Amino acid sequence: MQRERMNAARKLACVVVVAVCAVSLGANWLAPAGYSKQFRDAPSAPPSHQHLLGTDEVGRDRFARVLYGTRISLLLAPAAALVSTVLAALVGGLAGYLGGIWLRLARGFTDLFLSLPWLFLLITVRALLPLNVSPLVSVLITFLILGLLGWAASARVLSTSADALRNSDFVLQARASGLHGPRLFLVHVLPNLKPVLYAQFWISIPVFILSEANLGILGLGVAEPLPSWGSLLRELEGLISFREEPWRLVPLLLLIVVLTSFQLLLSNEEVTA
Amino acid sequence: MPLRRMSSPKTQPWKIARLLSRKLGAIAALVLLGGLLSATLVRLAPGFDADERELDPGLNAESVRALRQSRAGEHNILSFYAGYLRGAIHGDLGTSHALGQPVQSLLRERWPVTARVAGVGLLLAWLLASTLAFTACLWRRSAYEILGTTVSGAFLCIPAAVLALLSVILNAPGYLAIALIVFPKIYRYSRNLLAKAYTLPHITAARARGLGEVRILAWHVLPVAGPQMIALAGITVSIALGASIPVEALCGLPGIGQLAWQAALSRDLPLLVNLTVLVTLVTLLANSGADVMIYMLRPREA
Repeated sequence: MQRERMNAARKLACVVVVAVCAVSLGANWLAPAGYSKQFRDAPSAPPSHQHLLGTDEVGRDRFARVLYGTRISLLLAPAAALVSTVLAALVGGLAGYLGGIWLRLARGFTDLFLSLPWLFLLITVRALLPLNVSPLVSVLITFLILGLLGWAASARVLSTSADALRNSDFVLQARASGLHGPRLFLVHVLPNLKPVLYAQFWISIPVFILSEANLGILGLGVAEPLPSWGSLLRELEGLISFREEPWRLVPLLLLIVVLTSFQLLLSNEEVTA
Repeated sequence: MPLRRMSSPKTQPWKIARLLSRKLGAIAALVLLGGLLSATLVRLAPGFDADERELDPGLNAESVRALRQSRAGEHNILSFYAGYLRGAIHGDLGTSHALGQPVQSLLRERWPVTARVAGVGLLLAWLLASTLAFTACLWRRSAYEILGTTVSGAFLCIPAAVLALLSVILNAPGYLAIALIVFPKIYRYSRNLLAKAYTLPHITAARARGLGEVRILAWHVLPVAGPQMIALAGITVSIALGASIPVEALCGLPGIGQLAWQAALSRDLPLLVNLTVLVTLVTLLANSGADVMIYMLRPREA
């Protein structure tokens, strides 16, 4: 009974994620005015037929910004997750497969990365790169940093899995049959790491979405006028009470709904294993 | 599985001393390596050589040359780091470019604020999470379980910076925001640990013999889940330090988190190196402290 309920919840979560992705991909048709057009006669306007979620302080349509921001966050977070998973596979997978000094070195390096709080590491590395850059470059920098720094935890998991595989019977047999080096890794070890790689990829997506949001709110994320969930949530800074302008909470609610859906999808035993 | 009790910390002192010295050695090596890595990144960062003071039209060529000369030692990464370490040994951590104050005095001023806010937040988070996790184990009602999972899940989905903003809007103290950021992670992990421990066969045997739930929890579940919960306590120090950045930055609390944010926004790279070393040190000390405690409390064969 409980399993059935969980399956139904997972299906619903899948529908929600797909629907949000589809709607955000259709932003060009649903909000043709775009995310940066200023309606100067209607700054900070309440919701209306023309502006479904009102306008922000400089008169930009909030609905359009939510759609475009969702598209940026939902497309680039998986891209960053892909980068971090590939790096984790290279560092953790190879170190686990090679064992010995390589494994110890890789673990020492991942320990060093993991010894710093994630957000601290992010803002430190972000600060090392130029802050006054074009919006497009800021998007690339933000998500590239997430991808390049987010590999450590996944690499730790992958190194343990690859280490176990290195000592498994079938790898020993393959070695005994004369298979060595990269071919053994690519043909026998890597395919068996796929479930762990998939799991790490999916786990990284909500983490990166949250991290981008945190960076955006702190002013170190995607630069204006390009929207992202981080820059949209930054608008909450000027909110005095929830009752006055509840529509300003829509980006936050959308983020919570999408991340909850991801959580439900990730609660699948195969993914969390 | 034989029932074991937690041993009192009467393990051989020399073994603990050996573990401690090994841990301290590893911490020193990691901190030095972290500092070098951070200094390298700082040195390679675009705009490292730029000095806004050089743009001052009031300065003559001689002054500009003197300014450049003062930064000449920073060009080579190793000499830059060696210079930093030499200064650090003598208690000189350099001067913040953006704030124009010695880093040492900045850290001394700011550290107590972070220690208080993150400490109280962490304490509250543990209190809330462990109360929910333990009562869920003792009560064993699915509705209560669903409530705990839903609440913690909802908080997991809210960015730390949003919780900080909400605490500003609602006039709530900063430590409450830190508690709400850390609580779901503690609850989820400790609930899973306890649930896993409850599936062990000796717990079923203890129940079959008629032992009360509180006794089972205290004598048979906690000794199994305890070590990992202590390890979790070490990790949560790092999570709380990370959470202190948005909380202090957005709630206007003058702590280390706010300093890190200001340093990031103004690209105050020397300050960032020091903060990296400090935060790495605190995190490693917390994790190693947890490891030593686990070692001291480990079950002994009768």
